[in-house]
This record gives sequence, structure tokens and C-alpha cells, in this order.
Amino acid sequence: MKEVTILSGKGGTGKTSITSALASFATNAIFADNDVDAADLHLIFQPQIKENHQFLSSWQCVIDTEKCTNCGMCKKHCQFDAIHYQNEGGLQINPFACEGCRLCERICPVQAISSDKNSDNYWYVSDTRFGTLVHAKMGAGEENSGKLVSQVRKRAKELAKDQNADFVINDGPPGIGCAAIASITGTDAVVLVTEPSKSGFHDAIRLIDLVKTFQVPMYAFINKYDINEQISTQMEHFFKKEGIQLMGKIPFDEEMVHAVVNGKTIVEYNNNSPIAEQVEKLWIELSEKEEEV
Amino acid sequence: MSYKIAIASGKGGTGKTSVAVNLLKAIYHEWTEKVQLIDCDVEEPNDLLFFSDFKRETSVVVNQFVPEIDTEKCTFCGRCTEYCEFNAIVMMPSVKFAKVNPDMCHSCGACMIACRDSAIEAKAYPIGKKSNFTSDFGASLKEGNLRVGSPMQTRLIKEVKTDVDTSADLLIFDAPPGTSCPVVETVSDVDYVVLVTEPTPFGLHDLKLTVALMHEMNRKFGVIINKAGLGNNDVYDYLKQNKIDLLCEIPFNKDYAALYAKGKLLEAIPESIQKIYSELVMNLKSTLQS
Repeated sequence: MKEVTILSGKGGTGKTSITSALASFATNAIFADNDVDAADLHLIFQPQIKENHQFLSSWQCVIDTEKCTNCGMCKKHCQFDAIHYQNEGGLQINPFACEGCRLCERICPVQAISSDKNSDNYWYVSDTRFGTLVHAKMGAGEENSGKLVSQVRKRAKELAKDQNADFVINDGPPGIGCAAIASITGTDAVVLVTEPSKSGFHDAIRLIDLVKTFQVPMYAFINKYDINEQISTQMEHFFKKEGIQLMGKIPFDEEMVHAVVNGKTIVEYNNNSPIAEQVEKLWIELSEKEEEV
Repeated sequence: MSYKIAIASGKGGTGKTSVAVNLLKAIYHEWTEKVQLIDCDVEEPNDLLFFSDFKRETSVVVNQFVPEIDTEKCTFCGRCTEYCEFNAIVMMPSVKFAKVNPDMCHSCGACMIACRDSAIEAKAYPIGKKSNFTSDFGASLKEGNLRVGSPMQTRLIKEVKTDVDTSADLLIFDAPPGTSCPVVETVSDVDYVVLVTEPTPFGLHDLKLTVALMHEMNRKFGVIINKAGLGNNDVYDYLKQNKIDLLCEIPFNKDYAALYAKGKLLEAIPESIQKIYSELVMNLKSTLQS
């Protein structure tokens, strides 16, 4: 079994559209939506949820104002500036600033602080027309998206083993921070879906630098190559120099948007689309490459 | 009176950066020159790419303080590992090994309080840098840039926000995509949030998540529909049903997308789009001052 992660650096380059198009060709794969912050893959996959799990992540501390003596010890030691005096008196912890280190709880001289695990994050295992999907829903403003990504991937890999699947395909998050890092660690290959804009290129380079530190093989796929053919050519040269194989490029096509509006992959929406043909080529090359490793 | 606004989106690639740099220019020319744009998308900072000519004023490395364990003094009691909620300390007493993993450490200081042998000391560890620039037309820009490999984006955003231009009349924060902690940090203290969306199912779905976050954080906000004409009308129905302010619509135009690709947004804005930004400035001005 091989695990492939779709990433981009910049948001909005087409990760989810390409991942769903791949789903039309990958017949023996498990899918995992690693963009837990703003998960969209389910809008195309239309999952039937089979397992529903609460994900307990970080601790959240609260002060019992009955017991608190307002000594200010917790405020002094909090490195996150999360504890403040209220206008009406008394100390309070700002849940959005608290990172759950529990230091305040440990040092409070009158044991006025307690903590609870946050519980507004969920992850699911679902049946879809493309096979099993593991996905998640994060509560607004939650922390630890990296840990939730790791949980989603872990379950997807277990299921791949149980079902004898050949591939796990991860639809990754944008950026290069903790969620992106969590989606790269231990994967077998990264497919960079990018677009030829100044910012798309800039962000792709940062992602390439990050992926290099993990020594994971990387492939590239250029979306909307015709919005700037000059940058597109520069990108192709850059990938060549970096030893990153270009697996295909597709033009800007409003049909991609129409497919999403209809809850379909581009392949389902228009089987004769030249884009469908390019994605099929991507899938064939990718699966051959990964199977021979 | 100075105001703070943030540009946020949920979904990536809806046009936050494009809106942020155009808004900066329009505000600079039509409202106040004392405006600063702060790029808080530290994972992928792009605001600068759209200024053909800018001057770097200052640049400083931002450090996180990561504890270092002195294995000569350490008695391997394990109290620090019990205190650490982030599993950042690896300790193997049998081989006298104790180390903090800087990429997992949140710098909360708990281990230093836990240690009874004075064996832990804080050492600086770089997580990125923050820089100040002046644009070709004179506006002030600030950028946070995460060191590739560091997962400490939220901490860097916090650091970037500590020394913004306090004499400015208006601060514009360009937020990262998503709805988790980095976005919370960026919008935590702003007066108003401009949410940029696109009229597609992905755009609408992520907009709803971001609206939920705005309600939870008690922020005032309005929505810009970018790439209008692409996709469908569901987002308009959603805004109407939920009585959310539609600030403006920016039509989808392939030529404009091509300008964006080249980074030439500011030099060659079509007059029709320039007019939209002028109206947006007036709109924001009256909203903020009311």
C-alpha cells in the first residue's frame, strides 16, 4: 500500500478538484481529507457516515471564581497572555488564547483552576461512490489541526490494510505550517498541484523546500497553465532543475467550476474533457511509479 | 482613533491578498496615508509580490524560547515530562539522555517550573522573521515569514502583531486561510473583518465555517464576493437569509486573473474594478466610524 498526499502551498490552486478527479480513476484506494480546517472533499464525495468519533485534543483551563483569591500568580506565569483581570474584578482565561499547557492549574496555590479536554472536533469514516473516505470537522477556532490530520491519516492507513487497498490518497491543506507538516510526515509521495501565478510559484517553492527536508519524492501538476504561459514555462524549468517530474498540465476551464457546482468530478461531468484525459495520465503514471518503488 | 481590519476567507485562493493590496492602495489615496498592511499569512506571505518596487526598512529574526536540559545537572526524575502537555521532552534515564524537541515545544515554561534541579534553561530558537517595508507609493508594509519547517505559525503571527505601526490611522491584517488558531490570532483584536469568498460550493461551505467563527469570536464582519459570475447563486441566498452585509462584488475576468498571475494587480487595474474599491473604502469608512 502506498500513500500519496496532494499539496500546493498556495490555497485555491485546485487540490480538491484534482483529488476528486483522481478518485474517478483510482478504483482501489482509501481517501483522506487532510484539510481539516476547511474540509471540502465531502462536497463532491457526498459521504454516508459510518463511524463518528469525537477528537479530544488540547486542554482548556477555567478559573473557579468562588475559590480564586486574585493573587495573579497564574497571570504572571502564563506565556500566552491568556489570563486577564475582568472589568468587574476577578481573573478570567481567554479560551482562544489558552494553549492548554495547564501550568496555571499546577501552580495555583488554592487549586482554583481546572481543565477539560476540548471536544468540538470530530472525525468520520464514510462510504462513498469512490470507496471509503476518512474526513473530519473541526470546531471553529480550534487548535491542534496537525494532530487531527495525523488521526485521519492513521485511520485511513488502517482501513487500507484491512481492505487490501493499493493506495491512500490524501487531499492536503494549504500552507507549510503544522497541518501541512502533519500531512507530509511518513507519506510515500507528494503531488504538488500548482498554478502559474507569481504567488503560486513563490508558495510552491516554499513547499518544495519543506518536502525536501522529509526526503519524500515529489511530482508536479500545473493547473490553469494558460493564465500565464511564461510563468508556467519558468515553473517547468524549475521543476526539472529540482528533479521533480511534471506529471501534466491543464488549462483554465470553467467546466471545472461547473463540475463542482453539480457535486461531480470533472470526469463524471464530462468524460470527454481534455482535463479528464490529463488527470487519467497523471493517475496512470503516479500509480506505476509508486508501485515499482 | 485608529482602526484595525482583517481580510480573511476560510477557503484558500479566493482573493484575500488581491483584496488586501488593492484596498491598501485605495485607502492610501482616498482616505489616509497613515495606513499599514500586515501580512499575517506567515506560511505563504504574498502581499509583497504585488509591489513592483519596495524598500526593505528593517528585518529581525523572531525566536521562540525553547528549554534546554543540562544533563550534568539533571537527575532524570521525569517531573518535566509529566508537566509537558505537548510531549516535547524525550528522556531516557538509562543512557542519561534528556532533550526538548523545539518543533513540538510551545514555550509554556511548565518544565522550568517543574524542574527542582535548575537543570533547564531557555535558549533562543528561530521560527521566522518579521520585516518592514515601504511600498513604491509610500505605504507601510509589514510581513511575517515562517522558517520553512517550523510549525509555530501562530506564535509568529502573535510576534508580528506586537510591533505594528501604532501611529497609523488604519491597520489592515491579511489573514491566512482556514478557521483554526492562526486565523483566530490574526482577527482576535480587530474592529472589523472583511471575508472574501467565491460563488462556488467550496467557497460557500468554507464561508459558513468562517461566519461561525466570527460569531463565536464576536467580531463584526461583511463579505466580498470575488470572481462573481463564476459558479452559482447559492452564496447570495445564504447572505440574504442570514442578513450578512454584502460589501461588494468583484466580477470574474480572465484578463484580470492574468494580471494577478503576473503580479501586476496594482499598476493596471481596470477602471471598473478601481471604482469598486473606491466604493468599498467609503463603505468601510462609514462602517468603522459609525
